[in-house]
Amino acid sequence: MEKLNLVSESPSRADGLGRRSFLRYAGGVAVIGSVLASCSAPDEIVSKTPTNDLSKYAGGRISNGITVNLGSGELGILNYAYALEQLEAAYYEMVMRFPYEGMSAMERQIFSDLRAHEQIHRDFFKAALGSAAIPGLTPDFSGINFRQRSVVIDVARQFEDTGVSAYNGAGKFLQTEAYLITAGKIVSVEARHAAVLSELQFPNGNAFAGDTPIDGNGLERSRNPGAVLAIVAPFIQETLTSGLMA
Amino acid sequence: MNLQNILNELEVVDGELAGRMAHVSRRGLFSSLTRKTIAAAAPMVMASALTSAYGQGSGLPSNVVDVLNFALLLEYAESDFYNRGATSGLMVPMENREMFAQIRKHENAHVRLLRSVLGSQAIAMPRFDFTAGGAFPDVFSNFQTYAAVSQAFEDTGVRAYKGQAANLRNAPAILEVALNIHSVEARHAARIRQLRGQKGWITDNMASGLPQAIYDGENITHQLGIEVIGLTGKSRAEVTEAFDEILSKDQTLAIAGAFLAK
Repeated sequence: MEKLNLVSESPSRADGLGRRSFLRYAGGVAVIGSVLASCSAPDEIVSKTPTNDLSKYAGGRISNGITVNLGSGELGILNYAYALEQLEAAYYEMVMRFPYEGMSAMERQIFSDLRAHEQIHRDFFKAALGSAAIPGLTPDFSGINFRQRSVVIDVARQFEDTGVSAYNGAGKFLQTEAYLITAGKIVSVEARHAAVLSELQFPNGNAFAGDTPIDGNGLERSRNPGAVLAIVAPFIQETLTSGLMA
Repeated sequence: MNLQNILNELEVVDGELAGRMAHVSRRGLFSSLTRKTIAAAAPMVMASALTSAYGQGSGLPSNVVDVLNFALLLEYAESDFYNRGATSGLMVPMENREMFAQIRKHENAHVRLLRSVLGSQAIAMPRFDFTAGGAFPDVFSNFQTYAAVSQAFEDTGVRAYKGQAANLRNAPAILEVALNIHSVEARHAARIRQLRGQKGWITDNMASGLPQAIYDGENITHQLGIEVIGLTGKSRAEVTEAFDEILSKDQTLAIAGAFLAK
């Protein structure tokens, strides 16, 4: 938690880097206007199609030097889910602790619910894994500007899309009936989250079940653990390893 | 049939499918094709990959055939419902038209996919009565009723797929396809629930005017033998929202059966 608080003192590392770049490049007064304009530009771009690229929100890739092994087999999959739920819960804790300006009552309710659901998933996996559980992970949200509504929603939506693809890809590794069913109980809630966030981001269209996560056969994408872990790695200070399928 | 020509003509859909196809198919099956053209190949390639894993249609394990036909029944109902909704003169508000078109597109795709995997073992589409014997008499003339029945199908579908997952463990490639459909149904459900002024997730076993059987058991608070209330200090309502519950095949058929024409 100390680390989280530390990071949260300056929620946006991107801002910090932006300022340094600004100082480096703004040699003359004449360029200030254009630099400021380009700094504010990303929030102004309105895209109709959700895109998935979390890497642009990667911060300074802070590493605390700790390696966490998720393990292999079914326990490895459960720890993998536990790691993802930890990340999501920590994210929504930040969103609710530093709500962006102008967060509507509806948005506040949604983010409050999402925080609760992910905290519940996190604590459930910890209890279910017992002594096999990995330790608590330390998030790195230093590249995410929590003051900016469009960023907060975009990152949330992409975390949820990623989570759904992770559970979709993990089911085939769960042979124990109760584990498979429980994962199924959670993934559909994550998919509901993804739909609601997509609608928030791109209202009154087809983004809630859009053509990015869903293909022409009406199938939502799956990802294997290795692909998911690569996507989320920039947001976790520990280095995660596993014997799970890449 | 010239496969390559068909592939070339089809529109690009989603490159991600290729990775999945490579997983379910024989090694190298797609090595000469690009990821994009594979993705565009619609159910045909999917079906051939799945049947190559399990032999011809008759090679599917019988429990898998049963699950797929059960899923097909639900998808028939959904696709027929949305197809009729789109062609019946129902007045759908402008801002919701793209939404329903997207859902309809998915349900029709699911029917095509399941039929192609099942081949000759696919059940025929039964005749549906979406008034449910008169319970929803204005289903295709009153948008509010239409939306309510839509929610009934979507929330039921999520629970039904989830309830069959364990029966597909002996067919991992098909399990994955079922999961890939399942999360799409959940997205549909969340959207239609919001349209109707509800949360996208299910609180307790609130039926919001729909048949209670659709939401029976949604208020469970223990998972894997663990009582979840108390772990986090979260409310009972939030705990029930965080987990969607399963419906058995019998429970599902009792709900869906009301929409079969008598």
